[in-house]
Amino acid sequence: MILKLKTLLFDKIWEKLMFAFITRRIIQAVIVMLIISFIGFTIKHHVGDPVRELVGVSVKASEREALREKLGLNDPFFVQYKNFLKNAVKGDFGISYFFKKPASQVILEKAPATLELVFASSILIILLSIPLGTYCAIKPKSILSRLIMGMSIVGVSIPVFLTAIMLIFLFAVNLHILPSYGRGDTVPILWGMWDTGFLTLDGLKHLILPVIALSSIMLPLFIRLIRAEMMEVMQTEYIKFAFAKGLSKKRIWFVHAFKNTLLPVITVGGVQLGIMIAYTILTETVFQWQGMGFMFLEAVERSDTSLLVAYLMFVGVLFVVVNTIVDIIYGFINPKVRISGTK
Amino acid sequence: MDKWKKFKESYFLYSFLRDPVAIVSFVVFVFLVLASFTAPFTAPYDPYDTTTISIMDSEIPPVWLEGGEKNFVLGTDSQGRDMLSTMMYGMRVSIIIGIGAVLLQAFLGVVIGLLSGYIGGRVDAFFMRLADIQLSFSTLMVAIFISAIFQTAFGVGKYSEYAVPILVLIIGLAEWPQYARTVRASVLGEKEKEYVEAAKVIGFGSRWIMFRHILPNTLSPVFVISTIQVANAVMSEAALSFLGLGMPVTKPSLGSLINLGFEYIFSGSWWITIFPGILLIVLVLVVNLLGDWLRDVLNPKLYKG
Repeated sequence: MILKLKTLLFDKIWEKLMFAFITRRIIQAVIVMLIISFIGFTIKHHVGDPVRELVGVSVKASEREALREKLGLNDPFFVQYKNFLKNAVKGDFGISYFFKKPASQVILEKAPATLELVFASSILIILLSIPLGTYCAIKPKSILSRLIMGMSIVGVSIPVFLTAIMLIFLFAVNLHILPSYGRGDTVPILWGMWDTGFLTLDGLKHLILPVIALSSIMLPLFIRLIRAEMMEVMQTEYIKFAFAKGLSKKRIWFVHAFKNTLLPVITVGGVQLGIMIAYTILTETVFQWQGMGFMFLEAVERSDTSLLVAYLMFVGVLFVVVNTIVDIIYGFINPKVRISGTK
Repeated sequence: MDKWKKFKESYFLYSFLRDPVAIVSFVVFVFLVLASFTAPFTAPYDPYDTTTISIMDSEIPPVWLEGGEKNFVLGTDSQGRDMLSTMMYGMRVSIIIGIGAVLLQAFLGVVIGLLSGYIGGRVDAFFMRLADIQLSFSTLMVAIFISAIFQTAFGVGKYSEYAVPILVLIIGLAEWPQYARTVRASVLGEKEKEYVEAAKVIGFGSRWIMFRHILPNTLSPVFVISTIQVANAVMSEAALSFLGLGMPVTKPSLGSLINLGFEYIFSGSWWITIFPGILLIVLVLVVNLLGDWLRDVLNPKLYKG
């Protein structure tokens, strides 16, 4: 009876703590989003003149003034910010000055290219880093591990755009076996909403070099991370106990140790997303890959403020959502986080 | 003289002389730094001086290839500048920005780390949440976004005029959290020790204790991070310049040289991109290797692993 009461009480406390933790995380996410939107709005407010973008330079000053009034550009700063937020929630970031289309529509059209690139690289990274990282942790003294670790420090030292340039130089310019830029042939799927390069031979060929380039910087990082975590796990008592119990080595490595290696690797996923976004911008620029990163840089060059702000907000939302989810999942797994509120 | 003797017998020098990788990296690093900072005297040409540049000399291949000229050992770029000289000057720009950015981030990070570790409470919570949030955005991404915003706000002309201080500021602002976290962690460890208590009892003020007593004891991780951070800053600068958000072509860093040469790679003038690329890789690699070695020497915790 007392025991039952105790567990009941514990459950209540646990529920409360979890609720408080999740609420705190969500409030924090909202604050970060507000700050990002404020930065976005400030850029939009101070850079470029939407009236000139709309009508050009050959319109009378009085007509301009009328248009300004109509668009609400003479309102106080915070009234404009409120309107900006209202529209942003609806997904309306204004018209892209270069594409003459809503900025959010431009981003959605460019998104598939980037997502396919990221997806293919992630698969490559997962398939390679797990076996290589584990091997380096299990046999740290072997020649192959040393070779892998040596290669990984060289890999970390080569900027991703240089890897990309050298790949182009070698395979496209000198050997002529792979194409150097663009996405190649794409076919529409999902009722025309998504143009994919996965289904044509040409599209796949165009995918090879960018994927290798994008993976080249993340792969060494993941190998090192997995190796370090795995080596730490291998030192723990329960692994020693498992060996003492006489379990097979393979079972200990892949079932007991590996499970606990993955947790820290998954929780840095939020940061990896940011690294990935930064490197897609670089990779897409080198390969003229028609994705969001390439679009972003073009928007900067053309001072296409609406598009630039829309991209910033899009990445901001993606980020905050992913990080909040990762944090909450981590909170469920690791009880220490919930109470202190910090990692 | 006494200090020299102490240095000669130190573990630091001993482990340095035992590590061939560290020696080679150090020699290469010193050579590169010397080559770049003595460039005004040792470089065969001055790439900033437009009167000595002739467009007729553009895209001359390196001397060992057909069509190469003795005057231009590594060939010339698309504007007729000598590659060797331009690279030496470019590396100087890269190193200056790298070190400047690291100084700025170290200053910001150390001050913030000391304050949040020593004062604790709200100050600590605020700065550490800020650091968490900023770190979750990945430093290169933050740097790309800040520079994009700056460039749109100032216009390309003004931006490239003040590119060096702006880049130092951007990379410095993007990477302070690493320092702040490390310093804070060491401060938390040091704060509880007897010598701090003794200093408090004597009646020293908080500022004096923070900067004169605690700071010196937190410096070794700061040195280790700084080496790696110089490599990172040089890479970030190169990435920004490659994207056209950094140094202008008229005063190129290694990154903008690579960017400049990239379009010519398809027409066969590969040396404009590949030479600065190799130089950048070598520079970053030796700094990284030195950093790895320094971490092993200064951080005895790692010995167990």
